[in-house]
Amino acid sequence: MIRYLFTRRSLTTPSYIEIALTYLLLGLWALVVLFPLYWVFTTSFKLPVDVNMGPFYLPGIDYKPSLHAWHYILVGDLSRDTRRNFMNTVIVAPTSASLALLLGTAAAYGLTRFHYRPRLGAILSFIVCMIIAIFAITLGAPWQVAAGGAFILFIVLLQTIGRRFKRSLENRDIAFWLISQRMLPPVAVVIPIYVLFQRLGLLDTRTALIITYLAVNLPIVVWLMRDYFSTIPLELEECAAIDGASRYRTFWSIVLPLSKPGLVATFLLVLVFSWNEYLLALFLSGARSQTLPLTVAAQNATRGPQWWYMSVLILIMIVPVIAMAIALERYIARGLLIGAVKG
Amino acid sequence: MIAEHTSQEARAFLVRKRLWQGFTSWANRVAGNVFIWPTVLVVLFLSIFPLVISLYLSLSHLKFVKGGFEIRFAGLANYRKLLFGSEQEHFLGLIVNPSPTGWLVLLTVVAFLIWSLIGYLRSQHCSVGGAAGRIIATLIVSLLTWLLVSTLSPGGRPGTVVVTILYVFVGIAAQYLLGLGLALLTTQRLPGSRFFRVVFLLPMMITPVGVAYMFRMLTDTDKGPFRPIWQALGLGLTSWVNDPWGARAAVMIGDIWQWTPFMFIVLLAALESQSMELIEAALVDGANRWQIFWHVTLPQILPVSTTVILIRMIEAFKIVDLPNVLTNGGPGTATESMTLQAFITWRSLDLGGSAAIAYMLLFLVTFVGMAYVNLVRRRVTEV
Repeated sequence: MIRYLFTRRSLTTPSYIEIALTYLLLGLWALVVLFPLYWVFTTSFKLPVDVNMGPFYLPGIDYKPSLHAWHYILVGDLSRDTRRNFMNTVIVAPTSASLALLLGTAAAYGLTRFHYRPRLGAILSFIVCMIIAIFAITLGAPWQVAAGGAFILFIVLLQTIGRRFKRSLENRDIAFWLISQRMLPPVAVVIPIYVLFQRLGLLDTRTALIITYLAVNLPIVVWLMRDYFSTIPLELEECAAIDGASRYRTFWSIVLPLSKPGLVATFLLVLVFSWNEYLLALFLSGARSQTLPLTVAAQNATRGPQWWYMSVLILIMIVPVIAMAIALERYIARGLLIGAVKG
Repeated sequence: MIAEHTSQEARAFLVRKRLWQGFTSWANRVAGNVFIWPTVLVVLFLSIFPLVISLYLSLSHLKFVKGGFEIRFAGLANYRKLLFGSEQEHFLGLIVNPSPTGWLVLLTVVAFLIWSLIGYLRSQHCSVGGAAGRIIATLIVSLLTWLLVSTLSPGGRPGTVVVTILYVFVGIAAQYLLGLGLALLTTQRLPGSRFFRVVFLLPMMITPVGVAYMFRMLTDTDKGPFRPIWQALGLGLTSWVNDPWGARAAVMIGDIWQWTPFMFIVLLAALESQSMELIEAALVDGANRWQIFWHVTLPQILPVSTTVILIRMIEAFKIVDLPNVLTNGGPGTATESMTLQAFITWRSLDLGGSAAIAYMLLFLVTFVGMAYVNLVRRRVTEV
């Protein structure tokens, strides 16, 4: 009997012991994941006194559940703020995530299938002109003049000195440059970005948030999609090219459908990042374009954290994303490439 | 009349067709540029400006004067303060003479680095750039190791740099192993695995500020759900917040809990899109599952693995919400990360000092990232 349990019936089907072990491990981690969430869930039904008197675990048995926090957030005093911030989040996060996916996958495809050779001379002269322009603006020159002057200088430099340097960078250098844009901590980034959007008159608008999250998420999309694309066999694209498809057509109708698992995973990631972003939203939005993470953080009032309100908000925030994850999870499935390339 | 009309139409049609063909072939020729430029422009638009402004701020003092403030150029004063001056103990830590174990670790690491450097210099494909990069890398890694052993030895106290490095490396190792393990388990075709997949994604979907507050609830030894356990251990009233390593462990656990799903989802997608033919071929050749994992699956997911580790590494170096909310950097400065230090400095309106910390972080991350990309990633992937 025990021998039967341990022997596998075929090469691919696991034995019962292995199945049991798998479920045990999965269940264990599910418990680790779900318990904190359960705690948030119960806390959302607690009165302040129930939270402060010590740990109570089961609503209805340990303590009397109350809907006061839900009432306060959804229909009571905070409901207008909640609804507005919820709408902002719902508009900002999916828009910027979709844009990031669109531009980022294109760039990732470019980086895996084309050879770019940006010349070092051109890049150096660009940086020099940029620094001159920024210094001119900080010293008080009108920005139109500074930008125009810098642009002319850039063209001149490009035509003269830029041609001397024959050394050029490669695709991987471009990719590293992209990812390196995420290395500066947000604390250092917020003030310059604030000033930038103030100049553009976009402060406290959803557009500002969408653009910022787009720029923040693009490097991640490029890096992840680059790896998924490089696993797609080149033969397919060559076939398409022979049949007369353009590069765009190949990209859109062959490469993208084949990398669906990667696309879905990446989309979920960047959606979640822009959904939950806190620090940049704090600076770029006033009253009108606030997003939900700000509402959560705002519950840490002078009287100490209002755990019950926070719990409700956390639960409200997580529901749409879970729905999205459930809807999209089925596309992270195997089998798209099976039999695509024969011999 | 009619014939003329049709011939005109035909000519117009031909012209339009030629124009269209010209356009499509032109569009095809510039496809490479069309693919990449939008991304480069967007990223450039929002990155150059902050980079330059922060650099300038880090080299200056912000002074409040009547009716506003003025920015005065101060050279490297902010950096000097961090590395050698009054902030050294906070930033680098309290440096003491390393313990014997510390010396042993340091000597081992340095010996290994020099050995691999010599190996590279004597090899065939040695180039000037490669040699220079490796010498710099050897120097910086030796310095960082020295910093680690001399602040972690008894009597020393790790500063924000060391704490950040600890968070990053412990966190990423745990997240990667857990994420890979869970992804492997959920790719078994078992009933219910879809449920587990969605459940495992949950922690990532909570806003980081929310996660931080949630862990503050959970780790409370008096009101948190684990009070019975703390009391059974006799720790009912002593808060873990008072113990530096306890507090650091709490931050790390929170970080691991939150970001394992990131590794999980990316590795899951990679596992799901791996080529089945290789696995079938290996099965036919009589490989067992461990061999298949080691020789077939792992090489296929290595490129994505290195990417996801790089991205997580860059993000983890910027950890701020958890230590800020959970422990407020305490006890003392025991759980303060570099970003949190920059944030606190910034809150006290020392913008120059804050920018200097941010730039030190940028140097550190750039170095670690470049070393990682050059020495690890390019071994396993060509892109």
